[in-house]
Amino acid sequence: MSKKMPPEYYQMLEEIQAIDFVIVELNLYLDTHPDDTAAIKQFNEATKRSMELKAEFEKKFGPLMHFGYSFSNYPFNWKDTPWPWQV
Amino acid sequence: MWYYEKKLQYPVRVSTCNPRLAKFLIEQYGGADGELAAALRYLNQRYTIPDKVVGLLNDIGTEEFAHLEMIATMVYKLTKDASPEQLRDAGLGDHYADHDRALFYHNAAGVPFTATYIQAKGDPIADLYEDIAAEEKARATYQWIIDMSDDPDLNDALKFLREREIVHSQRFREAVEILKEDRGKKKYF
Repeated sequence: MSKKMPPEYYQMLEEIQAIDFVIVELNLYLDTHPDDTAAIKQFNEATKRSMELKAEFEKKFGPLMHFGYSFSNYPFNWKDTPWPWQV
Repeated sequence: MWYYEKKLQYPVRVSTCNPRLAKFLIEQYGGADGELAAALRYLNQRYTIPDKVVGLLNDIGTEEFAHLEMIATMVYKLTKDASPEQLRDAGLGDHYADHDRALFYHNAAGVPFTATYIQAKGDPIADLYEDIAAEEKARATYQWIIDMSDDPDLNDALKFLREREIVHSQRFREAVEILKEDRGKKKYF
């Protein structure tokens, strides 16, 4: 099933996807260039930004992660839709 | 340990219900050069690869599962509203008879996934060369599918995945150079 969410959901999600892509790219780059100070700085900055954006998103739309990386409301809302393929 | 994050790596949109495209896309789900084969190959090879490149295999292997989820999302969205007649006309009658609209790990021709698609040789150079080849073959497959697709929304996400194959290939090439350099050091000093 697909579920229609408020426009803000899609906008915030896309912002998170964008910053997390920066992190993945820098992570793979640093795996083969571990001494690049500037890239490490960018990696840490992007990580901080990602954590901020996710905290904001989760307050509005519920947990992004399970197993102790996100907080839950009552009732337990991790299992709420939409799942990524339903977005 | 792995954790699940409730988001796709990159947004997947499709313009219309299109089971024929889904049939082609399954190649990247359960095919020889698909995302499942890639994920399983790298995560399995990492146990016996030199420490200097374990991180890279670990991280690329993990990213491949995010790509597998994107392919699954494409197939799901392209087929969820299709009638049995539409599925049959798109060449998915054999699939429907066994699986309805459920996804299954097979290639575009319906051949089930097999572990024989992947190798772990224990020789770091041999393994990394296989990984480079795997990325290039997956890149080519994405190109062939894009060439056949008339869905601009789908192509946007497919082009993202095609570019990821190029980046992974280049990282694996760097890993080969790192190991060659290391081997040289041991020999001469």
